[in-house]
Amino acid sequence: MINPHLNLFIESGLFVDGNMNWKPIMPAIIILAPLIGFIINGAISLYLNRPNVNSKGESSNGLKRIVSVVGPGSILASFIVVGLNGFRMLLAGHPTTFNANYWTWLQTSDFQVNVGIQIDTLSIVMMAVITGVGFLIHLFSIGYMESEKGYARYFAYLNLFVFFMLILVMGSSYPIMFVGWEGVGLCSYLLIGYWFEDEEKASAGKKAFIVNRIGDLGFLLGIFLLHSALGSVDYVGVAENASGVFVYGGGLVTLITLFFLLAGVGKSAQIPLFVWLPDAMAGPTPVSALIHAATMVTAGVYLIVRSSVLFAMAPVTSALVAGIGVSTALFAATIACKQYDIKKVLAYSTISQLGYMFLGVGVGAYTAGVFHLVTHAFFKALLFLGAGAVIHSMHHALHKVHSEDDPQDMRNMGGLRQYMPITCFLMWIATLAISGVWPLSGFFSKDEIIWMTGSFAMAESSPFPSLYKIYWVMAVATALMTAYYMTRFMVMTFHGKNRTVDGAGSAIHETPKIMLIPLIILGFLSFFGGWVNVTPHLMESVIGGFGALPMTDWLHHWIEPVIAESHHIQLENIGETGHVSPVGGGEVFWAVLSTCAAAVLVIGTTYFKSKSLSYGVLGEDSGTISRFLYNKWYIDEFYDKWIVKPLGQMSKFCWLKFDQGFIDRAVNLSGRSAKGIGWFGSLFHTGQVNTYAFFLTLGLLAVLITVMF
Amino acid sequence: MDSLIYFVLASVTVGGALGVVFGRSPIASLLFMIASLGSTAGIYVMLEAHFLAAIQIIVYAGAIMVLFLFVIMLLNLGHDYKRDIRGGLAILFAFGVTGGIGGLLASRVMPEGTLLLNSYPTGVSIDTEIAEKGIIGVIAEPLFNEYIVAFEFTGVLLFVAIVGALALAKRSD
Amino acid sequence: MLPTQVLFLSAVIFVVGTLGVIVRRNAIIMFLCIELQLNAVNMAFVALSRYVGIEGQLFVFFVMTVAAAEAAVGLAIIISIFRHYESVITDDFSFLRW
Repeated sequence: MINPHLNLFIESGLFVDGNMNWKPIMPAIIILAPLIGFIINGAISLYLNRPNVNSKGESSNGLKRIVSVVGPGSILASFIVVGLNGFRMLLAGHPTTFNANYWTWLQTSDFQVNVGIQIDTLSIVMMAVITGVGFLIHLFSIGYMESEKGYARYFAYLNLFVFFMLILVMGSSYPIMFVGWEGVGLCSYLLIGYWFEDEEKASAGKKAFIVNRIGDLGFLLGIFLLHSALGSVDYVGVAENASGVFVYGGGLVTLITLFFLLAGVGKSAQIPLFVWLPDAMAGPTPVSALIHAATMVTAGVYLIVRSSVLFAMAPVTSALVAGIGVSTALFAATIACKQYDIKKVLAYSTISQLGYMFLGVGVGAYTAGVFHLVTHAFFKALLFLGAGAVIHSMHHALHKVHSEDDPQDMRNMGGLRQYMPITCFLMWIATLAISGVWPLSGFFSKDEIIWMTGSFAMAESSPFPSLYKIYWVMAVATALMTAYYMTRFMVMTFHGKNRTVDGAGSAIHETPKIMLIPLIILGFLSFFGGWVNVTPHLMESVIGGFGALPMTDWLHHWIEPVIAESHHIQLENIGETGHVSPVGGGEVFWAVLSTCAAAVLVIGTTYFKSKSLSYGVLGEDSGTISRFLYNKWYIDEFYDKWIVKPLGQMSKFCWLKFDQGFIDRAVNLSGRSAKGIGWFGSLFHTGQVNTYAFFLTLGLLAVLITVMF
Repeated sequence: MDSLIYFVLASVTVGGALGVVFGRSPIASLLFMIASLGSTAGIYVMLEAHFLAAIQIIVYAGAIMVLFLFVIMLLNLGHDYKRDIRGGLAILFAFGVTGGIGGLLASRVMPEGTLLLNSYPTGVSIDTEIAEKGIIGVIAEPLFNEYIVAFEFTGVLLFVAIVGALALAKRSD
Repeated sequence: MLPTQVLFLSAVIFVVGTLGVIVRRNAIIMFLCIELQLNAVNMAFVALSRYVGIEGQLFVFFVMTVAAAEAAVGLAIIISIFRHYESVITDDFSFLRW
């Protein structure tokens, strides 16, 4: 029951209107604040980049302070408005979807796109994650990017990214989402190539951009098909018309969802388009945390959840979504086991976790997918920022002793716990969370996905029961591997003997407060974040009679309105999911088992790995499989040989034979013919007045003939 | 009687025109031109356009032709008897085109092809009006009412032409 | 007297003037031929004005004014050209071409 004083507020119309309909306040601020931040920071960046600005840095220090305030400040303003609106939504109880159209963007005969926003329970969750985690990462960046030359440029891009990301999740139709989709891709490209003087990093940005194009093509084709089928491209229209036009398992809806899947695969770095994400680690570490872990890469999951009605009607695509997801999860986990670059491990871990989200949405557990998205945003941002803190300290320490060692290579680390105890502690929280140890956030979300996969396989009329059983086994295997490689990562970094070059070790120290505070907040969230969506069974078993806590299944109920239609479709065609795992045992049994297994793996790995202190160059201690995993299954080489090279050959053929041989000749021919016509025409240009008079008269004759006959 | 006078005037007009085209020197052409313009003035009189007949004599045959004469004398072209008529193919083409135009125009005014003639509004003859107010009044009234703007602009045009002519003909040194 | 005859005469004069413009090389005579063409048009105006209205004669008035202005400027140009080329024969100054 709501507090009577609060009730007064509600009835006074401050929070809801007379009909108890929920209405947001200042929704435009949410989007515009980052944009304004971008404009200010961009202007400052351009101002500082003028060639005649002297490098004394006196005035630029003042401007830098402005950037430090405006950059995170704009995101904070946005977050406050989001939080306010979220609070209002909570109070409203059953919030209705809010739609606002601002102006018409495109208008052809029957194709209309309005620039508008839609705020519902799903998008407010995404907005909260984006602005909340985004703000913390902005804060961290102040310390991390302190001594960088393009400080203002960095914050301008970062603000622009948040702006586009908010458009992506707040847009009321697919084309608007596509605008945000492309915008975040652009910002990703700009930020990966932030140190563009380094060609390798610049080309990593290019790679990300180009690989994403493939997915974007899918998105566009999906939108076009959707329009031709439904005559509408906004979420409301699609949800209204879908059930009338599409049939369950029909070809058209399958095709549309396959295109959307392609888009999601590109953006969320799934097989086969995941290759850009490890390379994207070339950007600054906070960027990796924000864009390539917490927000942008989850856009594919968001897209599928947004289109849940369509995906629920396409069992084949859903199976493919789940299959791609779980294969990616397993595949990336194997690679992560043998990486030595601190950021590469986290990159493959991210790909793996994104695979889990895809698995979740593929088995119709859209809430579980979003749930994992949220918790993953917390602990993976924490891991990346922690890694950033480590790299930051390593970099400074190595710089001090003039060492050329790679500050990102874990073989150069070890024993950092004594120098950075707080970071170490917080990163252990995140590691346990991602490994799925009770009661941290990752346990609940991952457990739910795995559990739903098993349940889906056992549903009354599951479309591909044996396939989903295989998925379930793979998901469990990946969960165990996650525990292994994350612990290995922690041990190599923080435990054992220090392996940095002489003298550098003592120079490593805890990061400044501005970088530590975001870590602490994220640690808190990683620890407790999972309690927003604990399933009732689990809750009862844990707290007994207090099972009916208000947080039980909260996220599920919260997002329910958005995906209700898809659940309805699923219930109609597949039936109730079996509340049992493929090999028996209830939810609680498997939860306990998995957390025990994860804990055992964590402890075991810590014990054994800490002993083996020497991590030499690859080849000394590794066999064929290690080498294979270290080289990431040779996927890049495979793509290079079978896709990039043939494409290059084809392009070369087109260039030499087709372009030069045919098109150039055609162009030359038109040039020559124009010349010939000109020569012919110049014959009449005698320079004598009489000739012109003659032709004038000829024209008169022609006019007369035309008029008279 | 009228048609006899008309025939004589028309003959002089056409003859003068041909003389202009085929005259050997500019002076000869000019004199033929004056003859042609003079007999045109006579035709105007027969058409009851007395005012225009006078203007034709004073302005056209008088002022403008004298201007030409001045220029010919200024440039000392009086004894220039060089034959400058084009020959051969050019004159053939010229006859072809002009013949075509002439044929087309004539086909519309010949008595057989009375199309144009029949479409005249027979009732609107200005002769009675002229008898009433005199030709000057009949011309002056619309000129200073309806067409006053155009009339003023012709004044401006003439002024500009004078300035332009001065600027062009002045020795630039 | 019928306007038909005058119109016919006007057509003849016009054709003769056009012929002159095309075949003569002397710039002054070409000019005179242009005046002939204008005169032919004037004649047609006057002939028709008797039946259509006084505006025909008014137009003749304007045409004469324009012809005078044209003659002044055109002759000035011819003088100016003559100063450069010592000739009024158009073949001698076909410089518009290059």
